[in-house]
Amino acid sequence: MDLQTLWFILLAFLFINFFVLEGFDFGVGILLPFMSRDDRERRAVINTIGPFWDGNEMWLISAGGAMFAVFPKWYATLFSGFYLMLILMLVALIFRGVAFEFRSKHDKPAWRSFWDWSIFGGSAVPAMLWGVAIANFMRGVPVDSSMNATGGLLNLLNPYALLCGITSLLIFSLHGAIFLALKTTAALQEKALSFAKKIWAPATLLCVIFMACTITETDLYIRLGINPGIVPVFSVLALVSVIFMLQKNAAGWAFAMTSVALAFSTITIFMALYPRVLVSSINPAWSLTIYNTSSSDYSLGIMSIVALIFIPVILIYQGWSYWIFRQRITVDSELEY
Amino acid sequence: MDTLFLARSQFAFTSIFHFFFIPLTLGLSIFTAILETAYVKTGKEKYKHLTKFWGTLFLINFAVGVVTGIVMEFQFGMNWSAYSRFVGDIVGVPLAIETLLAFFIESTFIGVWVFGWNRLPKALHAASIWIVALGSTLSAFWILVANSFMQSPVGYKMAVNGSQAEMVDFFALLFNPSLWKQFPHVLAGGVVTAGFLVIAVSSWHLRKGTKERNAFETSLKFGAIYAFIGTMLVVLAGHAQMQNLLTTQPMKVAAAEALWESENPASFSLFTIGDEAGLKDVFSIRVPGMLSFLAYNAFEGEVKGIKNLQKEYAVQYGPGNYIPSIVTAYWSFRFMVGAGTLMLFISMLALYKVIKENYTFSPLVGTLLFWSMLLPWIANSSGWILAEMGRQPWIVFGLLKTENGVSPASVVSSSELIFSLAVFVVIYAALAGFDLFLLKKYASAGIDTAE
Repeated sequence: MDLQTLWFILLAFLFINFFVLEGFDFGVGILLPFMSRDDRERRAVINTIGPFWDGNEMWLISAGGAMFAVFPKWYATLFSGFYLMLILMLVALIFRGVAFEFRSKHDKPAWRSFWDWSIFGGSAVPAMLWGVAIANFMRGVPVDSSMNATGGLLNLLNPYALLCGITSLLIFSLHGAIFLALKTTAALQEKALSFAKKIWAPATLLCVIFMACTITETDLYIRLGINPGIVPVFSVLALVSVIFMLQKNAAGWAFAMTSVALAFSTITIFMALYPRVLVSSINPAWSLTIYNTSSSDYSLGIMSIVALIFIPVILIYQGWSYWIFRQRITVDSELEY
Repeated sequence: MDTLFLARSQFAFTSIFHFFFIPLTLGLSIFTAILETAYVKTGKEKYKHLTKFWGTLFLINFAVGVVTGIVMEFQFGMNWSAYSRFVGDIVGVPLAIETLLAFFIESTFIGVWVFGWNRLPKALHAASIWIVALGSTLSAFWILVANSFMQSPVGYKMAVNGSQAEMVDFFALLFNPSLWKQFPHVLAGGVVTAGFLVIAVSSWHLRKGTKERNAFETSLKFGAIYAFIGTMLVVLAGHAQMQNLLTTQPMKVAAAEALWESENPASFSLFTIGDEAGLKDVFSIRVPGMLSFLAYNAFEGEVKGIKNLQKEYAVQYGPGNYIPSIVTAYWSFRFMVGAGTLMLFISMLALYKVIKENYTFSPLVGTLLFWSMLLPWIANSSGWILAEMGRQPWIVFGLLKTENGVSPASVVSSSELIFSLAVFVVIYAALAGFDLFLLKKYASAGIDTAE
């Protein structure tokens, strides 16, 4: 296996962790206004992700950093080409990030409401935009012979991408609702479970429609073949199985299944793209690949050593932090946020 | 409007704003960890109160530092795509390591610290804030590995077709002499920023007759020692950095001094009004030989001048203008050193008062100690303005000019840039307002509210 392929896999791993972990942060933030009007209950909801959200976001930040180091030409084309979309995402992430810390620091309803809506918007916008981005990765963007992606924001907001955006919004909301069902008690837990059951149907339906559109809009099925293999099939089965787990009140299993669905669909997308990283809709010969965008083998070697040592370390201490804060949050808990 | 000008304005604005919050994060994380360690060791409640008091201010500031930092990571690719293609092989690596090593521990253990007060053994809880401080420090280190490369490139070779630079020696990057002057200087600057805030807020409470007299006297004592040590280190490191610049970026030194012609011995400018177009003094007060003394520790030694260096560079790099904005370099240097000198004296004054255990302040001293908290911000910002503006026209010194690093206008148009710049200005202004509001609220409320 060459270093470029190794890093293609490592980047997929970073993105999987981002979607599975930050995914439920987004979901919790999206559901916040609907979970309760009571301040104490809202605080309980926010505190379920309180210790984790910042560490979860770092999987995205490290994916971006790794992309810059390992595939700098992909990083350059992607970030400049998706400029306005990224500005929107940054605004959302800025408001969300600050909202967690600022929200409870002042005792005025207008203040708290403003920051609660910042958490909502700051979660819903990225949840949608990631779907839009992924759809465009698969469908292709106008990459020219100089590796520049022209086209702008309107080109990115095509119907296929918007469909994916709404789908991802729903999937992350589902994932977040199930997380809440695992981390809360009493009325909040019941509400979370009921939301999860309600969101499942539209989420799964849109997923199926999106997969159908993927046949015509992308070359995913051509590349993966009629029988795409265990991974894509399992990701669908996992999502479908969620409703059965929820009906049995097996929230833990349901959460495992949404996590599998997110992880396996990410793997599927990377599998379908390989060895490309950004498909050119103008001319396939101008697509960015792991080979024409990568840094030198020396840099890849350094990065590989760093990643292979430190990613396991990160998993250990992040796992530890999830363990020490594993208790459910109630309205009587000590609420730091 | 020109996309280069807009991109530069946006980067300057967002990075200066980001760096309003970072030094305080660097300095206060360590300071809070020291206080909590004192609590664990002595068991005295006042140390716990102080840990929570300063910890609250730290967290308010930390949040804004984190979100403004995400903008920086994205902005290299968004606005400087040509630069990213050209040096990503080299500069991308320390940035990626910064995320994997520093950001992860910082953001995971801040969650552990905030939420773990009554859940973890005391020593383990204290360890978690030390790990956050370590994360911040490592973060500064790795970004400076990247910036030091931009200031004085090492450990690289050019690709055969000249289209990019490639890393050949990672350890050369880590042992870049520029890095080991820049990193201590920036870290010490963080200590100073926190120290002066502690002095200002602590002395303010003492003057206002707080009930928590004992706690704030301790706070002032710790803060004064912290500020004094930081100020001594920042001056020493800054001096070493300036001497290093004589070999790596002599044009920056000449510009900071408005030294038009090479001089031996070289004079130090106390005050200069210059004619930048004509490259000469209009009015100048200079101390003879002083610049040579600062540069070489002797009143002899040539310091190259702006005009001489321009000629040299035109031969070395081809025709072009290799002179940065003199007025910017000159005045940012003065503001930084001026603020630094004042901080030296004020930290000595604060230290003197705490050694003498004299916690009453005359109105003059009280006002001085309070408003001196702004001096680190003046020094930090001017320092970075000098560092970046003084390197122009280069984005990577000697390898890539800034004008060749910007994203093409066909990809990021000037209207998109005007939009994004406006968005950042408005949002950051709002963030600053919220941040100052909360810092003021919690700083002035004292210890009870923090609990």
